[in-house]
Amino acid sequence: MSTPVARAQEQPAPATGLAAERGPYFGAFGGRFVPEALVAALDEIEAAHTAAMADESFLAELAELHRTYSGRPSILTPVPRFAEHAGGATVLLKREDLNHTGSHKINNVLGQALLTKRMGKSRVIAETGAGQHGVATATAAALMGLECTIYMGEEDTRRQALNVARMRLLGATVVPVTAGSRTLKDAVNEAFRDWVASVDTTHYAFGTVAGPHPFPVLVRDYQRVIGLEARAQVLELTGRLPDAVCACVGGGSNAIGIFHAFLDDPQVALHGYEAGGDGVETGRHAAPITAGVTGVFQGARQFVMQDEDGQTIESHSISAGLDYPGVGPEHAWLAAGGRASYHPVTDAQAMDAFRLLCRTEGIIPAIESSHALAGALQLGRELGPDAVLLVNLSGRGDKDVDTAARWFDLVSDADLVASEAERVADAPQRTEGAGW
Amino acid sequence: MSTTSERASTNGPVEGSTVDGGAGGALAPRPGSAAAAVDRAKAEGRAALVAYLPVGFPDLDASVAAAKAAVAGGADVVELGLPYSDPTMDGPTIQRAVEVALRARTRPADVLRAVEQVAATGAAVLVMTYWPPVDRYGVDRFAADLASAGAAGLITPDLIPDEADGWIAASDEHDLERVFLVAPSSTDARLASTAAACRGFVYAASTMGVTGARTAVGAGAAGLVERTRAAGAERVCVGLGVSTPEQAAQVAGYADGVIVGSAFVARLLQAGSPAEGARAVGELAEDLARGVRRA
Ligand SMILES: Cc1ncc(COP(=O)(O)O)c(C=O)c1O
Repeated sequence: MSTPVARAQEQPAPATGLAAERGPYFGAFGGRFVPEALVAALDEIEAAHTAAMADESFLAELAELHRTYSGRPSILTPVPRFAEHAGGATVLLKREDLNHTGSHKINNVLGQALLTKRMGKSRVIAETGAGQHGVATATAAALMGLECTIYMGEEDTRRQALNVARMRLLGATVVPVTAGSRTLKDAVNEAFRDWVASVDTTHYAFGTVAGPHPFPVLVRDYQRVIGLEARAQVLELTGRLPDAVCACVGGGSNAIGIFHAFLDDPQVALHGYEAGGDGVETGRHAAPITAGVTGVFQGARQFVMQDEDGQTIESHSISAGLDYPGVGPEHAWLAAGGRASYHPVTDAQAMDAFRLLCRTEGIIPAIESSHALAGALQLGRELGPDAVLLVNLSGRGDKDVDTAARWFDLVSDADLVASEAERVADAPQRTEGAGW
Repeated sequence: MSTTSERASTNGPVEGSTVDGGAGGALAPRPGSAAAAVDRAKAEGRAALVAYLPVGFPDLDASVAAAKAAVAGGADVVELGLPYSDPTMDGPTIQRAVEVALRARTRPADVLRAVEQVAATGAAVLVMTYWPPVDRYGVDRFAADLASAGAAGLITPDLIPDEADGWIAASDEHDLERVFLVAPSSTDARLASTAAACRGFVYAASTMGVTGARTAVGAGAAGLVERTRAAGAERVCVGLGVSTPEQAAQVAGYADGVIVGSAFVARLLQAGSPAEGARAVGELAEDLARGVRRA
């Protein structure tokens, strides 16, 4: 294949600049704060991944899966009607929502599933928040004949019930986690507990660029394709680089995936949008870069929401996929060094942007991605009509229709069957003064 | 492998003497250290009994009372757990206890006070803690406060020596023991580097897994102890899944110490009152103490 976009997919890891950083530390962040029992497995994964990245046949197999299975390259969509609300800037969406399974998560999972086979392991486990990473992992496991167990906080199994059913349809075992806050971080804990006892046969397909080394590097290597493609696509379409790249940040995988190809383009501003929940000032948020501290969490030094005793503070977001009190070490490093900037977006702002994209462009975005859209609306107004903004539309909103229907009161009480009474009680409440 | 001769030469070093006795073959263990307690047991021809209890469960005072009961029952070393919100190495029993302790907001200062009270019994007291709370407290300040509370040192289940420069320096400065873990998956090279980094003893995880009672102690545990000694460790204690006197006796046959955690916590969980809990902990300690003498 000879198009710039196809060529971009096959680019090797860069040897210089910020993009050459490969851990275990990103500045003061990262490392491996794990039980000794897992060190051998992490070493094994690192060695297998390094070898795979240098193996033409592995890369060709992955590229073939992208082309014929998940649907890469993903397209770039200009959204002028949406952009009218963004100061008239040119807004280009990188359509990871169109990938098979509906989000960027499949990029990472296809790579890790191939790696699982390469290491001779027969079982894959994963944590999931919104369910997107779980669905992607269950999908790849079905495709490659791997046994699959997904850990999901009980709270999230309720918020994202549709994805629980999807994973089960795909043959995965879904384990609701009832410990702690019953969300993503607790699912990660439980996956680690499984892994330490099953590591001989099992690969832990970590879902984001957090956790102990080498996960932040490995997941980023498999998500880099987003930015490599998008950079070539923007150049092809506009003849220049974008002024800014926008992405939502949970653990940070879609953001690092699209940022990475631009790290050494200093004229391109990189903006990450964290979940501001009810507002950072309320304490009910998931914005560790904006409002957290430097600390150790789930295997790495990073920014984390932690109290003065080092206990993790529960995060809050309408978006299950961003409801995580930590963030990957590479983002912490980019934030500390000023190369990328990170901002909180509240539930209400994200839902505004969600509805706007639905109504102006006929695209239902994931609520996670809607945080990036909200950021782009504001940024476009600041930068003006000459600006070109690249926004990572990390996922589609099918899974969020239920949440959105409740947020916007699109379902009358009569429509709600009695068996759903409990879910109604648990549904996110609109923030007062949200203006809807 | 020189393990047999090494062990034979450790013929009950006297406390405070200059006999070679440190984990890295340095000075004699200081009084009140876990190493001294293990050596004392060894001089009696038995393994040491190490009891884990989380501070703050069922409440602060009751956790201290339970730890004292464990000592009275025959525990040579007490591990006091510092509760942490994300205990990835713990199974359901200890998770439940720690959740209760955290709901009551058990804090590092509470743990330091508990150390003082339990150390007053004469037992060696190690604090068992995940790394984030120590990191947040500040490793130097924590080491200083541990030392003044009379702690022997720390067991760090999620801190490997590779990440421990700050703690190694602070523990050296304050003469504290640092117990790192080894696991069946550890390579010989890592066993050697971990053994060299430990002071006090090396904690060998009997099995690949989290804390919790098991019907059988990991079959690989004896082999791991052997490999760890061959890698240079002088004292190796075995934990994870040891809960009965029979298992304690079995482990005491090849290890320098037997570490029991979830079984004690389960007694507290089952008890109808703190007093009953402390009594049950004391009784289990007595049974286990007989176990380590039966090997
Ligand atoms: C669509 C979508 N976007 C973003 C995220 C957040 O993850 P990350 O920050 O790793 O991209 C998720 C997580 O579930 C997601 O499903």
